[in-house]
This record gives sequence, C-alpha cells and structure tokens, in this order.
Amino acid sequence: MSATTQISAAPRAGKPATSELQRQRVRAAMWFLLPMIMALFVAAGWPLFRTIYFSFTNTSLNDLYGGDWVWFKNYLSVRELPSGRLRWSGTLADPKWWNAVWNTVKFSAVSVTIEAILGLMVALVLNAEFKGRGLVRAAILIPWAIPTIVSAKMWGWMLNDQFGMINDMLLNVGLIEQRIAWTANPDTAMLAVLVVDVWKTTPFMALLCLAGLQMIPRDIYEATKIDGVHPVKVFFKITLPLVRPALMVAIIFRMLDALRIFDLIYVLTPNSSATKTMSIISRENMFDFSNFAYGSAQSTLLFLMIAIFVVLYIWLGKVDLGGKEKN
Amino acid sequence: MKLTKALATLMISAAAITSAQAANINFVSGATGNAIANLQEIVKPWEAETGNTVTIVPMPSSTTDQFGQYRLWLAAGNSDIDVYQTDVIWAPQLADNLVDLTEAAADVVGSHFPSIIESQTVNGRLVAMPIFTDAPALYYRTDLLAKYGASVPTTWAELTATAQLVQDGERAAGNADIWGFVWQGNAYEGLTCDALEWVKSHGGGQIVEPDGSISINNANAIAALEQAASWVGTISPEGVLAYQEEEARGVWQTGNAVFMRNWPYAYGLGNGDDSAVKGLFDVAPLPSAGEGTASAATLGGWNVAVSKYSPNQEAAISFAMFMASEAVQKQRALLDSNLPTIISLYDDADIAAQVPIIPRWKEVFLNAVPRPSAPAQQSYNEVSSLFWSAVHDTLSGTGTAAENLENLEADLTDLRGDGWK
Repeated sequence: MSATTQISAAPRAGKPATSELQRQRVRAAMWFLLPMIMALFVAAGWPLFRTIYFSFTNTSLNDLYGGDWVWFKNYLSVRELPSGRLRWSGTLADPKWWNAVWNTVKFSAVSVTIEAILGLMVALVLNAEFKGRGLVRAAILIPWAIPTIVSAKMWGWMLNDQFGMINDMLLNVGLIEQRIAWTANPDTAMLAVLVVDVWKTTPFMALLCLAGLQMIPRDIYEATKIDGVHPVKVFFKITLPLVRPALMVAIIFRMLDALRIFDLIYVLTPNSSATKTMSIISRENMFDFSNFAYGSAQSTLLFLMIAIFVVLYIWLGKVDLGGKEKN
Repeated sequence: MKLTKALATLMISAAAITSAQAANINFVSGATGNAIANLQEIVKPWEAETGNTVTIVPMPSSTTDQFGQYRLWLAAGNSDIDVYQTDVIWAPQLADNLVDLTEAAADVVGSHFPSIIESQTVNGRLVAMPIFTDAPALYYRTDLLAKYGASVPTTWAELTATAQLVQDGERAAGNADIWGFVWQGNAYEGLTCDALEWVKSHGGGQIVEPDGSISINNANAIAALEQAASWVGTISPEGVLAYQEEEARGVWQTGNAVFMRNWPYAYGLGNGDDSAVKGLFDVAPLPSAGEGTASAATLGGWNVAVSKYSPNQEAAISFAMFMASEAVQKQRALLDSNLPTIISLYDDADIAAQVPIIPRWKEVFLNAVPRPSAPAQQSYNEVSSLFWSAVHDTLSGTGTAAENLENLEADLTDLRGDGWK
C-alpha cells in the first residue's frame, strides 16, 4: 500500500531526484505489478489486438491465418457500379448493424434505468430494521445467483404460449383474452427480454446500493428526525446525494454488462431481429457465416462504443472510480 | 544391453496395445426425442467388439446452434471431439476439417442411395458417412378427420379448410386448446425447410437454383408465403413463430393439434406409451398447391464425420463405419423411426412390420427437394439465414411477402457478387 502511495506522490512532488530508498521502493512495486500486467495483457490485451487486426483483413473462419490486409473494407467502402450508381458496403452501411445498435441502446437504457430505480427501492427496504432481514437479503440474491442460461430457459418455458404459466395466470385474472407468444411476437420480444433482465439483475443493483446506504452515518438521520424533516425531503436532500457515488458505480457496471448483452437474448429470442444486439450479430457473422473479419469489425466497433461511453460517463458524471476524494 | 532393449520394446508394444484398447471416442450428436438414450444402446456392440469406449456428448437440438459450435471447435483445431454427427447441408462448409472416408467406405458405398453419397462428397473426397436420411411428413389425426367426415388433404387449401373446420368444431365442443396445424416457424434452419416446401410445392422454385441463379422473387413464392402467413393466429397458434421441431411435437403429442408438419422421428414417439395420440394418427405426404404442382419435401438427414484433429483416427473411422452400417441403421429405424440410407432396408420385413412409415417413405424421399447448399457453397448459411429472416418477417407481419422477397432477392444478389464461392 505504501509503495503505491509513494508512486503517486512522486510525480506530484515534481522533483526528479528522490531518495535512493524511494526509487528502490518504486522498483519493487514494479516487480510486484509485473505479473498482473502480464496476465492482463494475455487475457485482455492480446485478444483485443487480434480482433482489431482481423477487422482490417478478409479472414474467413476456414483459414484463420490466410487473410489479406484490406484496410477499412469491413467498416465502409464504396464501389461504383457499371450503371454509375455508387454502392456503399461494410458494417457502417449495413442496416442490420444499425438495427442491432438501436436494439442494444434501447435495451441498455431501459433495463439499466428500471434496474437502478428498483434496485435503490429494494436497497432502501433492506436497509431498514425489520425481523428476518438477513433471510430476505439472502433470498433476494437468488435471481442473481442463477446462471443466465438457466434463468433464460426457465423464463422461456414460463413465457411459452401453449403451456407457459404466465399466460395461464394472466388469462385467469382476465388481463388478456388469448395466449400471447411473448418471445415469438416481434412486438413483445424486447419486452420479454427486458422483464427477464430486470428480474435477474435488480438484486445486483440492490446489493451495490445497499453497500452505499450503509456508509451513510446514522446520526444524520437522527438529526433530521429531531428537526422534523419530511421523509421525502430526507431522501432527496440526504440519502440520494450521499448514495450517489455508489449508485453511479453500480450503473456503470450494469451499463457495461448491458451493452454487451449476449447470453440472455441468444437463449430466449435467438434470431429475432427485434432483439438482435451488437454482440449477437457479431457472433453470427464470425461463426455462423464464417465472415470472421466482418464480425471482428463489428466487435471492434462495439468495443469502441463501450470505451467512448465509459469515458463520457466518467467525465460528465465526475464519477470517482479511484476513490481519490477520500485521500 | 539386449535385455534392456527387449524390455523397452516390450513396454512400448504393451503401451501401444493398452492405448489402442483404451481409446475413447468422443461423439457429438444433437438430441431430439429419445435419440441420446437410444445411442447409448446402439454403440454397445462396437464397444464390446473393439474394446474402445464411446462418450456421447449431447448438443442442443437446433442444427443452427450445433453448427455454430462445431464450426468454432473445428476452426480451433479441437482434438477433444473425434466424431461429429453432421447435417446433410454442412459437407461443403466443413469439408476442409474432415477426414476423407473414401478408402474406408469403398466396400459399402454401393449399398447407399447414390444421391446421398454424392451430397457428402466434396471435391472427390467423401467427408461423411450417412447414418439416416430424413423427409418430412404431414401428420394427421385419423380420429378427428373421421369425426368430421374429412379426407386427408392433398392441397394446402384443403388442409387450411379442414384444419379450420375441425378446430372450430372441437373448440365449440369445449376443447379450448386445440389448434389446426402446427409446424416449425422459429427463425432458424428449420423454417428454411418448411418454407422451401411451401415455395417449391407452389411451383416457386428452390431459392437458388442448381445453376446458381436466384429464383426466389416470383409470384408463386409470394402466394406460398402469403398463405402461410394467413395460418398464423387462425389455424396455427401465434407461438408457432417460436416453435422448433420439439415444440411442435409437444403440442401434437398432447393431443392439441389436428395436423403437424414434422420429420419421421415423431412417428415412433407419437406411438409411445406416454403419448396422448397413440394409435390415433397417421402420416401422408405434404400437400401441394393443386393442379400442375407437386408435393415437396425438404431433404434432411444426418451423417457421421471424423475430425482431422482427432488423435484416435483409426478408431474414429471404425466407429463412423459402424454407425453407418446396415445393422445400426436397422436398429435406428426400429428405435427412432429414422429412414435408412441403405436401399435394401426398405424391403426389410421387421421394419415394414414395426415402422410401416419407412417403406412408404421411400418415394417421398426419392422426390425430396435439396436445400441450395450445393450451389451456394460456403455462403449457404447466410443464404439460409436471409431466407428464413424474410419468411419470418412475412409470417409475423413485418412487411408483405412481395416486399420481403424483393429485398431478399437484392440481398442474395449482393451476397453472390461475381459468383457463389
């Protein structure tokens, strides 16, 4: 710990000549960091580099090492047809890609918003003192603990039009007049995916929010009680601002997850163009159609979009990921 | 010195023997119905004879999902899987990663249907051995047709009318869950099969013709898709747009459908003891569009192929030949009602007695229409995906049949470029 503080302190001091002891500590810290940097390079850096490299070639899945360099052809290229008409091709001119982008953005925005609101509500409930709180806290985590493939299959059966219990319940209550094919109908497919995702990840949001809530000192609330402040005002003036750092980090985690959503949609509504996301379409091109390079270009674009989003979010939201404020 | 040399030779040969004995073949196979449980039985004689063992690795039943996984494994040179069960359409796309079986199969290829052997031969290499073939049937409820005095439909219009008649009658009688016709409408390879049958039986060609020309945008094909779209929500549940083979069979086998389009495997299962329709149904060829058109059945079928990356190639080839042998094909016919690829089995007395659908299916299968995997070559999966997407859009009401097929023609033309490759 002290070694890392020294590193960050060293440049701030602005003096290149530091004591021999300090330099020795920096060197030792580098040696300790090296395995981690190596692991990161092998697990994240190299595959990322390969994907970006492939996206500039015409590699097909049949011959992974036989691709030629084609510059930006997979992204965007233009060709003049014999009739004189210009023909654009590449991912950026592919309507299927933009449909996938729109689906992903729609899914991420709606699911993360609902999950953040519901998660915060659940966290507020769990933060209150009541009997059996430990049990409820454990129970609420179950949806998060079930593997996505399993919960997607489970919901697939529950949403089935012929023998699904959701249709049965809605019919019995009288909310619908005939069974609805939730996952098959393009109008309801996205709704079905959103419902399952919210069910699954609200506990995760609640857990992160709860951790933030428990950091708030109790005496602030005692003071508001003595002053007789309205609970709604307490929430907006005290709880929300104080839980905001934790909530922002929770939202960024969820957003990163939501932007690369794959497994849930792949199992619940495979091949439905109403729910195809960027990850789904890039996998389809890489493996089903063996257009390895084209799929790599789409993966690279997805990576760029997520990177830009994170930078904007941290910058605009002034999110403190490094915990510097406390120092 | 001599002694150590002799000892070493002895040890090496002993090791060779044990390794030959201990060879374990990993066989991947998609599962429908009881297929996996039956496979365990089927492989036992081979295990007993050779001393090797077989591990069956089950896969999802969707052929699209299977292909994606196999493609990935083969591209990575995976040596864990020795033998793959491959769909009839995969041969051109996977050929580079599979072992040439021409030599091993030299004695037996003559007993199989030549068209099937040809479909598995790529550039003169026999890359997979057929284990069964497939051609779909129209399943119908004999009891319900008799009750309403209807005959077995031979045209799609008759089928629509009969399905509606029986469905309305049964619902009025209190059976709220009954549907007229169930089939495979999910956006996957199965929808390509179903829709190819509608289009072909309307005289609308076969998407990409054997000479590579794109024929799909025509009035007959549009009429075929419009008719299919009219079924959704009337005689077929809206959920049919998410059904694969097993979902359709689920509705059928619980007694909730008058007609079903499915492969022969559903015949044996439908007559099982836990089936609500046991003894209450029969099969017929799929309908046509009426005068001047013929019924069409998409050619399916499965094969076994040996991976080039298998460390136990000798054992794997022996296993593949065993799976394609006459004895196993007969056993599969009896257990799973799979259609044999060996011509003589269609005259087999046991099969005729126990699975009467099989001898009757020889004609259907001989006239079956192949999917355009041969002309489209490496692009077949993309062709199929574009086709099933256009069909699925039409069925779910996103654009009309005419618009979607016009777009499909343009997409296929783009995909073909200077020529299929």
